[in-house]
Amino acid sequence: MKGKPLVSIVSAGLSKFGKLDGLYAREIFAEAAKEAFDRCQNLDPKKDIQALFVGHMGESYEHQGHTGATMADWAGLVHTPATRTEAACASSGAALRTAIYAVLSGLCDVVMVGGVEKMTHRTTAEVTEYLAMASDYPFEQWHGITFPGLFALMATAHMHAYGTTERQLAMVAVKNHYHGSLNPKAQIQKEITLESALSSRFIAWPLKLFDCSLITDGASCLILTKPELAGKYTDMPVHIIGSGQASDTIGLYERESFTSLAAARLAAKKAYDMAGVQPEEVDFAEVHDCFTIAEIIAYEDMGFCKQGEGGKLVENGDTRLGGRIPVNTSGGLKAKGHPVGATGTAQAYEMYLQLTEQADRRQVKDAEIGLTHNIGGSGATAAVHIYKGG
Amino acid sequence: MTEQAPFTIEQFYKHMLQGKLLGGKCKKCGKIHLPPRPLCDNCLSNEFEWVEIPQQGKLLTYTVIHVAPAQFQEMAPYAVGIVRLENGLQIPGMVRGVALEQIEIGMVLKIEFGECSTTQPWPQWSRYCFKPA
Repeated sequence: MKGKPLVSIVSAGLSKFGKLDGLYAREIFAEAAKEAFDRCQNLDPKKDIQALFVGHMGESYEHQGHTGATMADWAGLVHTPATRTEAACASSGAALRTAIYAVLSGLCDVVMVGGVEKMTHRTTAEVTEYLAMASDYPFEQWHGITFPGLFALMATAHMHAYGTTERQLAMVAVKNHYHGSLNPKAQIQKEITLESALSSRFIAWPLKLFDCSLITDGASCLILTKPELAGKYTDMPVHIIGSGQASDTIGLYERESFTSLAAARLAAKKAYDMAGVQPEEVDFAEVHDCFTIAEIIAYEDMGFCKQGEGGKLVENGDTRLGGRIPVNTSGGLKAKGHPVGATGTAQAYEMYLQLTEQADRRQVKDAEIGLTHNIGGSGATAAVHIYKGG
Repeated sequence: MTEQAPFTIEQFYKHMLQGKLLGGKCKKCGKIHLPPRPLCDNCLSNEFEWVEIPQQGKLLTYTVIHVAPAQFQEMAPYAVGIVRLENGLQIPGMVRGVALEQIEIGMVLKIEFGECSTTQPWPQWSRYCFKPA
C-alpha cells in the first residue's frame, strides 16, 4: 500500500549548530529535547516516553561513554530505558531505524530518538584522528589514508569514469552554503562564491577545504509514535513511510565500485519498496554531504538522476531551492554543520519542518514526499528514510 | 610452517616482513581473501590454505593527501591509491617512487615491502607501498 505510515513524528528538536564553547554534549542534547517537548503540549515526556535511542559516535571527544543513560538523565528522563547506537556518521540514522523497530514491535507506544556530538573543543588533528576511526585501521588508517582521503579516492574515480569536474564539486558547496544562509541554526550562514571554493587549499586532492563538511557541536531529536496515536499529540504529524538500512565492507578498497555506495543503493531500494514511492516522486531530500562528491554520488544512488550524471544535476540548478528536487535545504553537513552523531536525526528534523511548512525562508513549495540519506564511514553503513506530510 | 600459520591480519603482515604477499584461499569454494579472514565471506567455511598473490597490478584510483595525521605529517603531500592486482584482488597503499603529477589511473605498480619500524607494543605491522613496475 502506497505511503502507509510505519511510525509518525509528532515533534522534533534541534540545538543551535556550531562552535558551542563551554557546553557539554549532554547540555546540548537537553536544548534539542526542550524544543521537542515544547512543540508538543499534549506530551507528558516523563510519563509518555517509553524509550530513548541516541546516536553518538565517539567517547574520545569528552572522555565520556555510556551516552544513552547520560542523555536520558540530562534530558529529564532519568529511569527511561536508554540505548546508544553507534554507526560512525550514521549513528542517529541507525538510532532512528532502531526506534522504528521499538515502535513496530509493539513494545513501545512513544519513543524519543536523537543524536549528539561535541567536537569543536578538540584540535583539528584530534578530530581528524577520531573521525578516521570509522575507517579500516590495519589497511587504510595504517597506510596514511585519511577520512577525506577515502572520499577523494571516490572523487578521482568518479571524475575519471564520468568526467565530473572540480567545478561541479564546488557547485555543491556553493548551493549548500546558500541554503545554510537561510537557516538560523546553521553553523555558517554566509554564502560563498564558486571562485573562493575552487581556490581553497587542498585537503586530499582533488578535494579542497570547501569540499569538506564542518566540525560542529550539536544535537537533534524526534518524538515518534504509532500512526494511530499521532492525533493524540499533534494535528501536524509527519509520517515515516519507508525505512532501509544496509552495510558494506569496512574497507573501501575491497568494493567493486568506488563511484557508487552499494549500501546506500540497497537501503534506498528497501525504503522505496516499503513506501511504494519512485525516486521521481521525491520532492526534496537531505543527503549526507560529508564531502561534495558524496552528495553527487548520493543523487545517483538515490535515483534522482542516472549514474554518472550527478555533476550535471547540480550544475543545472535542479537541486537548489526552487529547482526540480531541492537537496539539503538545511544547508547540509557542509553549511548547517556535521556533529556526526546528531546528523541522521538532524536530517529528519528538516523533513519535519518542511513537511509541516515551518521551514520559513527555505520552505519547499508543495512538498509532500521527502527522503533522508545518512552514511557512516566511507559507506559501510547507510540508512535511508522516506517521509510524508500528515 | 606457513601452512599451519593462522589466517590472521597479524600473520599477513608477518609474511610481508619475509617479502611474501600471501592470501587465504578457501578450501571449499576457492575464493581468495586478501587480507586473510577467519571465515570465508562467500561460503562461510573456515578452512583455508596460503596462496601466493601476484605482486603487480594496475592503479584503480588515487588521491594526494595534503592534510595528514600526526605520524604522517612529515611525508605530506603523499599519494595513496587502490591497486587491482593481476589476479583481480584489490589492496590500498601509498604510491611512491613517482612524481605526484605523473601518477595516473591505470599505471602498472609493484608492491615493495617495508620494515616494521614501530616501537609500540601494538600494532607491530609492517608498512608496504607501491612503486612503478
